[in-house]
Amino acid sequence: MRWLREHLVLILGMLVLLYTFVPIAVVVLMSFNDPATRNVYRFDGFTLDNWINMCGPETEGMCESLWLSVRIGLLATVVATAIGTLAAFALVRWDFPGRSSSNLLIFLPMAAPEIVLGSSLLALFVQAGFAGQLGFWTIFIAHVMFCLSFVVVTVRARLAGMNDTLEQAAQDLYATPAQTFWRVTFPLVLPGIFGAALLSFALSFDDFIITNLNSGSETTFPMYVWGQARVGVPMQVNVVGTLMLVVALVVVVVGEANNRRRAAALTK
Amino acid sequence: MSLRVEAGVEAADGTAYDGLRLRALTKRFASFTAVRGIDLDVPRGSFFALLGPSGCGKTTTLRMVAGLDAPTSGTIELAGKDITGAKPYRRPVNTVFQNYALFPHLDIFENVAFGLRRRKVDGVDKKVAEMLALVELDAQARKKPAQLSGGQQQRVALARALINEPEVLLLDEPLGALDLKLRRSMQIELKRIQMDVGLTFVHVTHDQEEAMTMADTVAVMNGGLIEQMGSPAELYENPRSTFVANFLGQSNLIEGRVTGRSADEVTVDMHGIGVSVPVGRAHTDGQQGWVGIRPEKVLIGDAGSKLDAPGNTIPGGVVSDVSFVGVSTQYLVRMPWGQELMVFAQNTGRDKIFRHGDPVELSWRPEYAFLLDHSQDVRAGAQEDG
Ligand SMILES: Nc1ncnc2c1ncn2[C@@H]1O[C@H](COP(=O)(O)OP(=O)(O)OP(=O)(O)O)[C@@H](O)[C@H]1O
Ligand SMILES: [Mg+2]
Repeated sequence: MRWLREHLVLILGMLVLLYTFVPIAVVVLMSFNDPATRNVYRFDGFTLDNWINMCGPETEGMCESLWLSVRIGLLATVVATAIGTLAAFALVRWDFPGRSSSNLLIFLPMAAPEIVLGSSLLALFVQAGFAGQLGFWTIFIAHVMFCLSFVVVTVRARLAGMNDTLEQAAQDLYATPAQTFWRVTFPLVLPGIFGAALLSFALSFDDFIITNLNSGSETTFPMYVWGQARVGVPMQVNVVGTLMLVVALVVVVVGEANNRRRAAALTK
Repeated sequence: MSLRVEAGVEAADGTAYDGLRLRALTKRFASFTAVRGIDLDVPRGSFFALLGPSGCGKTTTLRMVAGLDAPTSGTIELAGKDITGAKPYRRPVNTVFQNYALFPHLDIFENVAFGLRRRKVDGVDKKVAEMLALVELDAQARKKPAQLSGGQQQRVALARALINEPEVLLLDEPLGALDLKLRRSMQIELKRIQMDVGLTFVHVTHDQEEAMTMADTVAVMNGGLIEQMGSPAELYENPRSTFVANFLGQSNLIEGRVTGRSADEVTVDMHGIGVSVPVGRAHTDGQQGWVGIRPEKVLIGDAGSKLDAPGNTIPGGVVSDVSFVGVSTQYLVRMPWGQELMVFAQNTGRDKIFRHGDPVELSWRPEYAFLLDHSQDVRAGAQEDG
């Protein structure tokens, strides 16, 4: 009983980890599954087939949808990060009329339900006469829209935490405004921008509701999985899931190693 | 506008001032005037201290000289050139910021090299190495600022500004964050460096001891105005206002009525006792005034004894507090009119040490006394715990 009390926090922590890791473990496991039938989701035997024949005939359309999602994700990330960073600078550095209300409005897309955003965007596209052209570009526009507020909020936090005497010190040391930006401001805000970009890509790659409403005849990866779920998901979807996991892990590990290195340098 | 014209005329004379000159410099924030039209001449190559209590406008003044804040009105002139509107990166002025403002993403070497690289100066490596040697940080060149101690960061900030050999180096309380011991050694170090390089230093501080020990000239600032400017000894010996008298060291200020003015002295009746003050030390035209005398200038003796001073003896004092501080003994003496006066007696070993309750007499040489305007607050500038 005493042992239990002393280790309660530890046990609870482990349970939480277990709770989050079980689905992931299942995905990894299923990527090596050799299913007897497509309708029953269960581990029947080990195979590397799913990995070798990822884009095989039984997964018709999956790799195309994956490629579409990656393309939209990358493009939306670049554009949203660029615009969002500029907006964050404007919100922190310039005192223009309506600044405080802009600061508040930027949270709106994060707070509004996706289904509302998605359907109002669709209404907007239809109104503007794009009903026949729903597809890559409407998905892209929608993704930039919801990524933007996350970028602005992330970069703004980094900027607001930055001491502006550093920029004044740069100017005092003969740096022109442009040099001050590229030599001092930008390097210091870069980690925030990088974080915002990662978040944007994850959000874009993952989105289903808004995308589904504005995609026309295009199929992104989440839409493909949704469509297949009714007839039995091909095991190759788990391969994609595992690959995404590996990419995310690499990013985290590299970032952590970087932090460790920096921390070690500090204590040396 | 007329001020600018005046400055131009002066320059045309060929008698342009080669130091830093502020004229009627004013800075108004939305609802608050931080600097109220100050005039200041900082001679070239001098160690100049701007001394004043918190919030008196010292940082604001420095920022205007550096170009980081635009003055509301007035002019700033450097070596005869009007730089009032010049961009900060175009002024031959560098600042050591109060919080150092070192670039956290650059190592010590690159921090120090920053100004040289921006101006595309040749021989950066050699110059930076020399500068790091001067501030004894050669071993730390490749560390990041966060890896250094406060004192080391302070030296980096100094090196980063100094390496540009600016015409004026502005130091905004650069020693504020250091502990007392490090502070004292950095004061000596700074003074040494200033003499070595021969640049003009404008040093902001609210520590009067720091200003007095380091500077050739001290300007005492209060409420956005310059109260008085001069050498440390001049300010200490002959303060012109109660603020300066109290802020720089300590003063006894005794109410008095002016009874006569002659060519070389002013006589004052101080609670029934006549004292005199030299004309050059009397800073009021009024009928009333504050007679000021520094505690160490007051002589103390047994009631009825003969004190070695040509001034009047003030009888009737009673010792109300004695503190022995080694080199001197500090007394508080309650006078017949109720005021307690401070007396610092050197422990030469020749004079007796008085005890609490002893009846005593006080005296001082008239040439040490000063007379201040009665309308000024007698407590102005006094340290609360001093
Ligand atoms: N940007 C600003 N807006 C409004 N008021 C300001 C601004 N900057 C400074 N002040 C005010 O101007 C006054 C002088 O400020 P300043 O920073 O020059 O004081 P200081 O003498 O350097 O004080 P300290 O010794 O505390 O550093 C203060 O009362 C301050 O509140
Ligand atoms: Mg200040």
